[in-house]
Amino acid sequence: MQKPDASSPLPRGEPVLFLNGVSKSFPGVRALNDVSFTLRAGEVTALVGENGAGKSTIVKILTGIYAPDAGEIVVGGQQRQFHSPRDSWAAGIAAIHQETVMFDELSVAENIFMGHMPGRTSGFIDWPQMRQRTAELLKSIEADFDPDDKLKQLSVAQKHMVEIARALSHEASVIIMDEPTAALSRNEIDDLFRIIAQLKAAGRAIMFISHKFDEIFRVADSFVCLRDGEKVGDGKISGITEPKLVSMMVGRPIDQVFPKRDIAIGDVVLKVEGLSNPTEFADISFELRRGEILGFYGLVGAGRSEAMQCLFGMTAASSGRITLNGTPLSIASPVDAIAAGISYVPEDRQEQGAVLPLSIRENITLASIGSHVRNFFLSKPSELDAVRVLGRRLDVRAAHWEQRLGDLSGGNQQKVVIAKWLAAKPKVIILDEPTKGIDIGSKAAVHDFIGELAEEGLAVILISSELPEIMGLADRVVVMHEGRISNIFKRGTWSAETIVSAATGARKAA
Amino acid sequence: MSLAPRQDVADAAPKSIADRLLRWESILVVLLIAVIVGNTAISPYFLDIYNLSDATYNFSEKAIVALAMALLILVREIDLSVAAIIALASLAIGLAAQAGAGLPVLLLIGPLVGAACGAFNGFLVTRIALPSIVVTIGTMSLFRGLAQVVLGDQAITQYPKNLTAIGQSYLIKWPPLPYSFVIFLALAVIFAVVLHKTALGRKLYAIGNNPVAARFSGIPVDRIRFMLFVLTGLLAGLAAVLLTARIGSTRPNIALGWELEIITAVILGGVSIAGGSGTIPGVVLAVFILGLATFGLSLVNVPGIVISVLLGLLLIVSIALPIVVRRLMQKRPAG
Repeated sequence: MQKPDASSPLPRGEPVLFLNGVSKSFPGVRALNDVSFTLRAGEVTALVGENGAGKSTIVKILTGIYAPDAGEIVVGGQQRQFHSPRDSWAAGIAAIHQETVMFDELSVAENIFMGHMPGRTSGFIDWPQMRQRTAELLKSIEADFDPDDKLKQLSVAQKHMVEIARALSHEASVIIMDEPTAALSRNEIDDLFRIIAQLKAAGRAIMFISHKFDEIFRVADSFVCLRDGEKVGDGKISGITEPKLVSMMVGRPIDQVFPKRDIAIGDVVLKVEGLSNPTEFADISFELRRGEILGFYGLVGAGRSEAMQCLFGMTAASSGRITLNGTPLSIASPVDAIAAGISYVPEDRQEQGAVLPLSIRENITLASIGSHVRNFFLSKPSELDAVRVLGRRLDVRAAHWEQRLGDLSGGNQQKVVIAKWLAAKPKVIILDEPTKGIDIGSKAAVHDFIGELAEEGLAVILISSELPEIMGLADRVVVMHEGRISNIFKRGTWSAETIVSAATGARKAA
Repeated sequence: MSLAPRQDVADAAPKSIADRLLRWESILVVLLIAVIVGNTAISPYFLDIYNLSDATYNFSEKAIVALAMALLILVREIDLSVAAIIALASLAIGLAAQAGAGLPVLLLIGPLVGAACGAFNGFLVTRIALPSIVVTIGTMSLFRGLAQVVLGDQAITQYPKNLTAIGQSYLIKWPPLPYSFVIFLALAVIFAVVLHKTALGRKLYAIGNNPVAARFSGIPVDRIRFMLFVLTGLLAGLAAVLLTARIGSTRPNIALGWELEIITAVILGGVSIAGGSGTIPGVVLAVFILGLATFGLSLVNVPGIVISVLLGLLLIVSIALPIVVRRLMQKRPAG
């Protein structure tokens, strides 16, 4: 394995990686068109753009997963061609991914040195050396776990640290961080930023991909902005403001991020009383009205998703009563919930929401498949009618409806998943973190759409960990803390501080 | 809510000829033709309508079970106990015959015992949440062990004529078609229609591709899995009736090793062992390929052991070939 800059860090500002005129097309989609930029030693470059703008394509090209159709990659003054991820590693490029892909059952040391374990001449692994080098790497990033710990025992933040140690073990000169903070708590994010500062000091070039603008402005030195596969701007982060960067990204200024619609709120649709489960949540009671958007706020682990999944029939409740339009419901499975008119858009799109290998059409009709049966057989024309209407309404960008869902960008996958749940014609729709990990443009579209649903008379439950989103959209906010409702706020009577203190348990509800 | 001009989305991609030719079913058709041409070349007796008809005896019973097994594998499950279920069901038929039961009872008891065995498998897999490969390795020993305990080193050979007639005569005189083959064809049509044209079929593909998302989408995943285990047991019981009627005896080693032959046909048919993809036409073609290849080779007196070596090679080569071809095509520099 080559060690491009093992000992002496490059001086700050020295170009490490050039991307020159890179283009990449897929059948029916031009993913990248003539994109060029430079990554410099000791600098953090933020790569910003909406979902589908071409960010992941760039990451995949730099990590050797895709070969570009045109253009060149120059690393350390040498033109490179990556035929596999291994070539990219060898050139000193390491990536830390959105969803960490590592070996849960193996130790931290094995994960870090997978593929380049120190060996003895006898062919066996040199365990003492591997442990010692792991311990040194972990110490250098102030990690608080051992080389022998199994990966599955670690938190998401700790797993990120393992990935960073892995990148350092390769002496990587370029480190790509793809949404590294998506699953981290505030403290863990601070830890990550401390490590980024260390990496900068050590002369590494960092490409930082995030949808969160506060992070970009906090951590980045420069930015590269992509829109529809083209570079639409770059420069120093100090030379640009947040609104300017946003309008560069979406191609128009976003003046009002949360236009709260004026919607007449109707009768009570859903009434939940004393919903409990032995371990996750207790005594959840609330009412939801027609046209209302009810926010659910809380820290990760407060039991919001668990309570909603119980309401949806995924898990059994130990006690509690659910009434829909005055009729008591007994929900034993999602089949019952869907039949009653409750839809739940899960938080984990990849695992729970989408069936990625199936087509867009098959996904959209999946939760309402019974309505497309004509004389025992499935009617494809009937399916296509529904798919065209919903696909267009949610503005799904695709080449055709038979495309594999897995081939679409994250934002478009999310639109298809929401379309699937609207196809089930719900009275109550529960959206669990619907904008998590999607770009600001798609986010605004989803916010707009939530308002549209409420206007049409749906009752909406919105689970979100983003306070601005909750405060911007909800009519009332239910705040949960450690499995219980700690307070319910009405629009106009809340402030960010009161909501957060109810969520952290700082001030118990009266 | 759009930020950019909405894009027109086509209903479907234009289908290229290359796509059609590279479909697994097309490859299987070519393979089947090769088997027929090869067999005709090496033996003058192959293309004889009575010989071919007799050949179907040797694979129809397995083929019937393969249809249900295809659905199980499609939803990421497997049943290794099918051959043992056949043994136990055959024993039940034998005991009923000894007790003097009439034809309707003899015909029903096999599928009933099979369905009960399948329900036991399905219960352990869906209720106790055990992996099906572990459960059915266990029940494979359990079911056949039960049959062996009852039979000892004996065999039941006294079957009424009206039962053996079903296994040994043609249902249709011209073209000569045995009962088992006609039943297989009818079931194949039903399975293909259900899997490819109904909502239930769509649900099976969803479960096979993402069982968690399928459950969230309101598909009763566990109930469907359970029913597929029952169905597989039921068809194994039906195969037991046909097999017992054909050979007119029940021995402890009846249908020994069939589970692997059945799974071989399913995999050669293009059903992914990881679940989520595969078609009934593919499985039917694979059944014919394996059945006719075996028959042709035995016509020219190739020993059974050699035939199984050849079929093993055929399976590996035919599975590997398209993957290699596809990889080579992807390696071609794009644009």
